Amino acid sequence: MTLNNIIQSVIFLATLLLLVKPLGIYMARIYEGKPAGLNVWFAPVERWIYRLSAIRPEISMSWKTYAFAMMLFNVLGIIVVYALQRLQAHLLLNPMLMPAVPADLAFNTAVSFATNTNWQSYGGETTLSYLTQMLGLTVQNFVSAATGMAILVALIRGFVQKQIDTIGNFWVDLVRSTLYILLPLAIILSLVLVSQGVVQTFEPSAKVSLLQPTKGADGNEITEQVITLGPAASQVAIKQLGTNGGGFFNVNSAHPLENPTPLSNFLEVLSILIISAALCYTFGFMVRDTRQGWAILAAMVIIFVPCLYCCIYFEQKGNPLLADAGVNQKATAFQPGGNMEGKESRFGIVDSAIWATATTAASNGSVNSMHDSFMPLSGMIPMWLMQLGEVIFGGVGSGLYGMIAFVIIAVFISGLMIGRTPEYLGKKIESYEMKMAAIVILIPPIVVLAGTAVSVILPQAKAAILNPGPHGFSEVLYAFSSAGNNNGSAFAGLSTNNLYYNIALGLAMFFARYLLAIPMLAVAGSLSKKKIVPPGQGTLPTHTPLFILFLVMIVLIVGALTFFPALALGPIVEHLTMTGGLR
Amino acid sequence: MFKELKTAILTFLILTIITGIFYPLFITGVSKVFFRSQANGSLIYRNGKPIGSSLIGQSFDDPKYFWPRPSATSPSSFNAASSSGSNLGPSNPALAETIKNRVKVYKAADPNNNNPVPIDLVTSSASGLDPHISLAGAYYQAPRVARLRNLPLDIVRTIILQHTNKRFLSVLGEPVVNVLELNLALDEYKK
Repeated sequence: MTLNNIIQSVIFLATLLLLVKPLGIYMARIYEGKPAGLNVWFAPVERWIYRLSAIRPEISMSWKTYAFAMMLFNVLGIIVVYALQRLQAHLLLNPMLMPAVPADLAFNTAVSFATNTNWQSYGGETTLSYLTQMLGLTVQNFVSAATGMAILVALIRGFVQKQIDTIGNFWVDLVRSTLYILLPLAIILSLVLVSQGVVQTFEPSAKVSLLQPTKGADGNEITEQVITLGPAASQVAIKQLGTNGGGFFNVNSAHPLENPTPLSNFLEVLSILIISAALCYTFGFMVRDTRQGWAILAAMVIIFVPCLYCCIYFEQKGNPLLADAGVNQKATAFQPGGNMEGKESRFGIVDSAIWATATTAASNGSVNSMHDSFMPLSGMIPMWLMQLGEVIFGGVGSGLYGMIAFVIIAVFISGLMIGRTPEYLGKKIESYEMKMAAIVILIPPIVVLAGTAVSVILPQAKAAILNPGPHGFSEVLYAFSSAGNNNGSAFAGLSTNNLYYNIALGLAMFFARYLLAIPMLAVAGSLSKKKIVPPGQGTLPTHTPLFILFLVMIVLIVGALTFFPALALGPIVEHLTMTGGLR
Repeated sequence: MFKELKTAILTFLILTIITGIFYPLFITGVSKVFFRSQANGSLIYRNGKPIGSSLIGQSFDDPKYFWPRPSATSPSSFNAASSSGSNLGPSNPALAETIKNRVKVYKAADPNNNNPVPIDLVTSSASGLDPHISLAGAYYQAPRVARLRNLPLDIVRTIILQHTNKRFLSVLGEPVVNVLELNLALDEYKK
């Protein structure tokens, strides 16, 4: 690990933590309907939207109505994105004349974007028209993120309200998240990104003549280079902020026109975590005890930091199999060294490792390097962070409501250990909440492990693997860990654009999103009905270092025990064979 | 229920217009005014003709040019219409073999250079379009380029430094050399 590695990672973490409080307060005020600048200036627009859409903002919904509205809106999103892809050949803004997307791929992509996963079976610049990217994907980038935030806010209301049957209005939460939080941040970020060189145009691809003509694969001379352009910056900004992750280009933020400079990289990777981290503060602010928000954030940081340094360390160490290849892998003032396969030189080791850790801790899934080419243990970090259930920051909204499910479990277990009635923030945690939290925690592992197990047996699924040996198994495990936790990044050697994977991963994404969201809304409804018990002698404080550590242990034990056997078959055995431990 | 469906459709429509049409058009418009070149791919012009982008690498295998990092795009390298990495795993024998072959090519082009080859020169980039190489990668190739162009090594090293992007604020990112700009500068250098 070099000095610069440490400095860059510390700057990243410090900037993130500094922004948590101001953004957290801002979001809390937006959701509570208190004046916060934008919601004053744009109040007429908000009212106009409600009037046009027949939304009655004063009406609060029961959890079932809330869940119904959420599902209706999301299924509608899936249908529209599917239709846009199937019909793009006949629609506007298709200067590169992209044909209709095949049905299975269109299904996969539609589910992928509605569920905030953004798994990419498609190659952006080779499959989709500008119209599909804008009206389909960019829109879903906003509203799928806003959906996650809405569900979280409904859950927070469950803790705040006393003996009330309703949990808020889905449409209001959706519109406010989009209009006042996601849109302004996206506008600022896109403009900075364009200034750095991210493309934003409706012109067709640019043709340039090469300085040195070369021979192509077919032996013909190539004298021209076609450079794909498009309205990328506006999509890149929101895919980072909304923990979506679906790139404009095939290689996502590794593409120089999607992420051209160290500054664009810093802002993009910061955007991955910023809203999810700040929502912890929003949570604390709204339940009128900011210590609770800091406690959850602390638990996330405690898991994140060691993962980050583990990833940097193994990437920087380089590939032992190249010891006698006549290459120099040492870090110096003139080169980053380390494992540079599948990395961009402007990002080197540390920026790639920070990104890989952040994008999988949050359920973002964008990449600035190819995770498939990471060393076994540093590639295991992203995989494992997803397997923890995307609760270390996690998706916007979904990360925190997932973490609150773990808090419920932690409160319950610790309550039983010391013989006290489990309660959290004055609300009694009873069997109903426990059942729902257990569902939320169990569904992703079932989807991931069952999907992986079936895929390594089916011949057509195995044929999609690129790399031999345990690494091939890792590719499949990574794919299902990603889809089954709505992340979207990939060990991209696995060819997933075929009928089997498009359907299997599409279903995994669908279940992993909605079978978690609906039970959490049920928890919100149930909590909302309860009275608030004032803290007494028997109350277990949930903001102390002891509880934070306990929460961390619950997350780690559930994640580690569930996935350790699978990880042992993939990255761990690969590491041991490469370093000589198993020769 | 039908009321909710109506609301769902109308809300979807309005949010689509705001985030899917107004938002990208607004960003495009502002970019056109303030960041025209960047928004259109940072193209480099010579005599009014686009001859490349300062952000997109080009393929070079002529020994008198600096070579870029290997590119894994298909069907040919540096295909800027279809970005792609190699996705070779670290333990894949094909990776080590490919890297060893690339080292041989570098050694053959400059037999007197006995230094180990900087790793970035022989590993494929994530995008397949990486416009940069490390400073170490540029210095490693400098003697070869200087010899074939009959230029003093010092001049080549000066030109390298002129086309080096330092770390942002001396901290973020990695120092890199832009290969296309470097090669253009060499071609245009008057003795």
